[in-house]
Amino acid sequence: MATAVLSTAQLAPGQAAWRRFRRHRLALAGAVIILVLVLGSAFGPYLLPFDDTYIDIMKRFAPPLSGAHILGTDELGRDVLARLMMGGRVSLSIGIVAMVIAMAVGIVVGAFAGFYGGVVGAVLMRLVDAVLCFPTIFLLLALAALTEPGLVTTTVLIAATAWMAVARVVEAQVRSLREREFAVAALAFGSSNLRIMFRELVPNAIAPIVVAATLNVAKAILLESYVSYLGYGIQPPAASWGNMLNNAQIYLTSAPWLAIAPGVAITLAVTSFNFLGDGLRDALDPRMNIP
Amino acid sequence: MARYVVNRLAQAIMLLVIVSGIGFAVLHMAPGGPLSQFAASAQMTQEDLDRVTRQLGLDRPLPIQYLDWFGRMLKGDWGRSYRDGEAVLSVISSHLGATLELMATATIIAVLLGCWIGILGALRRYSLFDALATVGAMIALSIPTFWFGLVTIYVFSVKLGWLPSGNRETVGDGSFLDLLHHLIAPAMVLALVETAMWGRFMRSSMLEVINQDYIRTARAKGMPEWRILTVHALRNALLPMITVAGLQLPTLLGGALVAETVFTWPGMGRLFLDSIGYRDYPVVMGILMFSATMVLIGSLLADILYAVVDPRIRVG
Repeated sequence: MATAVLSTAQLAPGQAAWRRFRRHRLALAGAVIILVLVLGSAFGPYLLPFDDTYIDIMKRFAPPLSGAHILGTDELGRDVLARLMMGGRVSLSIGIVAMVIAMAVGIVVGAFAGFYGGVVGAVLMRLVDAVLCFPTIFLLLALAALTEPGLVTTTVLIAATAWMAVARVVEAQVRSLREREFAVAALAFGSSNLRIMFRELVPNAIAPIVVAATLNVAKAILLESYVSYLGYGIQPPAASWGNMLNNAQIYLTSAPWLAIAPGVAITLAVTSFNFLGDGLRDALDPRMNIP
Repeated sequence: MARYVVNRLAQAIMLLVIVSGIGFAVLHMAPGGPLSQFAASAQMTQEDLDRVTRQLGLDRPLPIQYLDWFGRMLKGDWGRSYRDGEAVLSVISSHLGATLELMATATIIAVLLGCWIGILGALRRYSLFDALATVGAMIALSIPTFWFGLVTIYVFSVKLGWLPSGNRETVGDGSFLDLLHHLIAPAMVLALVETAMWGRFMRSSMLEVINQDYIRTARAKGMPEWRILTVHALRNALLPMITVAGLQLPTLLGGALVAETVFTWPGMGRLFLDSIGYRDYPVVMGILMFSATMVLIGSLLADILYAVVDPRIRVG
């Protein structure tokens, strides 16, 4: 065991983390799948002869691999593959943008709560606890029902129901880092509280933040699929992986392929982000550097 | 012990106040706020609206309105459904049974199956079974519940014809076997995510315990392996699972909503979604507050129960 510790200790921290990450084959596979899904959604539509909203009622319910439509057509004769790719753009973008917003809110709330502690910290963290009492889907649907559905609202609402876990992670990190020498030194230098929080403490907590961010994307993609499937997210004719499954249940007997492609896409994307997050956790966990 | 319970209870009450504050804020986010029901009617003049505003006390300052609303919530007056004028609490309670039936069944499946998988995975760490279980759990946590429901319907109802594709009973039947027959698919779908979570928590709890000194001591004094596992390891590994049960409740409720929607199960989740469709805000708000309160009480009970079985908690 001692040799293993020595060999990683000689590497730069980034290199050591990369080595550990590479060992985690499922995380690597996840990263590759994410890359394929992103590239496919970004450039795929340019390679297809079909538009995702083009309705061809004569060719409705064409099964997969029959003629030009690789994944078949839906109840309006739209190409399923084209919709899957355009839906991927929407679903993946929502996943990533919602994550960014949730991270921003969670980091700010967590940093303030962890740094100031006391009443400020208690109030902020009890707010986090309170929001966590609401089952996410219930809160998300209630908010979605009260607002005009669309891309922006869906993204913001998903972020609004997903920032609490991040806030907890950041709060715990900042609270323990606050007492460390480098933070005290920054204080002695006369750095402002804001500077200490966001230039010293938060960057030092980057490993758990990155892990939380990755898992957050998985959660956001999943939540988008739930609200859109239930009809309160992305509205047709725009496609998203969730709303493609909207009508799938009605046509389950006659056209099961309509349910398969989007469901597989969601599962693949969410599983990949989850495995990636798991791998990053193993790779970035600083405890592994301590012999 | 009493001090711990009182302390924890005070925390829960404070949380309930914040939770109700969030609920009240959501209520006032509704287009037209609590007035929307009346504003929707074309026969209402501005004068009528003003009168209703005064009657409902909506012209008072918001903090007063909140206190009034919160007070009525505590007394059990949760307003009336826009749809049929029935009291919100009685609408909820008439749908609660179906949801609890589904959640309880799924939980029993998940606890038994999840703990078994988790324990076996921990005892045979890094074996093929453990690897498959770990990957399987991650995939189970990533599958959208509604999609798994659709796949289940396709396989077991459409293709094999073994299970009904929805509802709680066949109209005119409703015998125990018929109810059970309808329960299998939705409970299975709801149990998937739960099983994965129980399995993961059980595995890590068991791993932590079997590396403890007292296990080595038991082994050193020649105790039979099965006795070490059941008496020493399992009993200690199962303790933290009480907390997991509390933590699971929000996921379980959310999953129930989705499973109920896919399988047209007449429970609280489906009622919630229907009420959203009808813009029946009192019921929507009622269920939102009801589920949050359930989660709150659930985690309170889990914490107290944990303190009862593990004295380290209440002292520390």
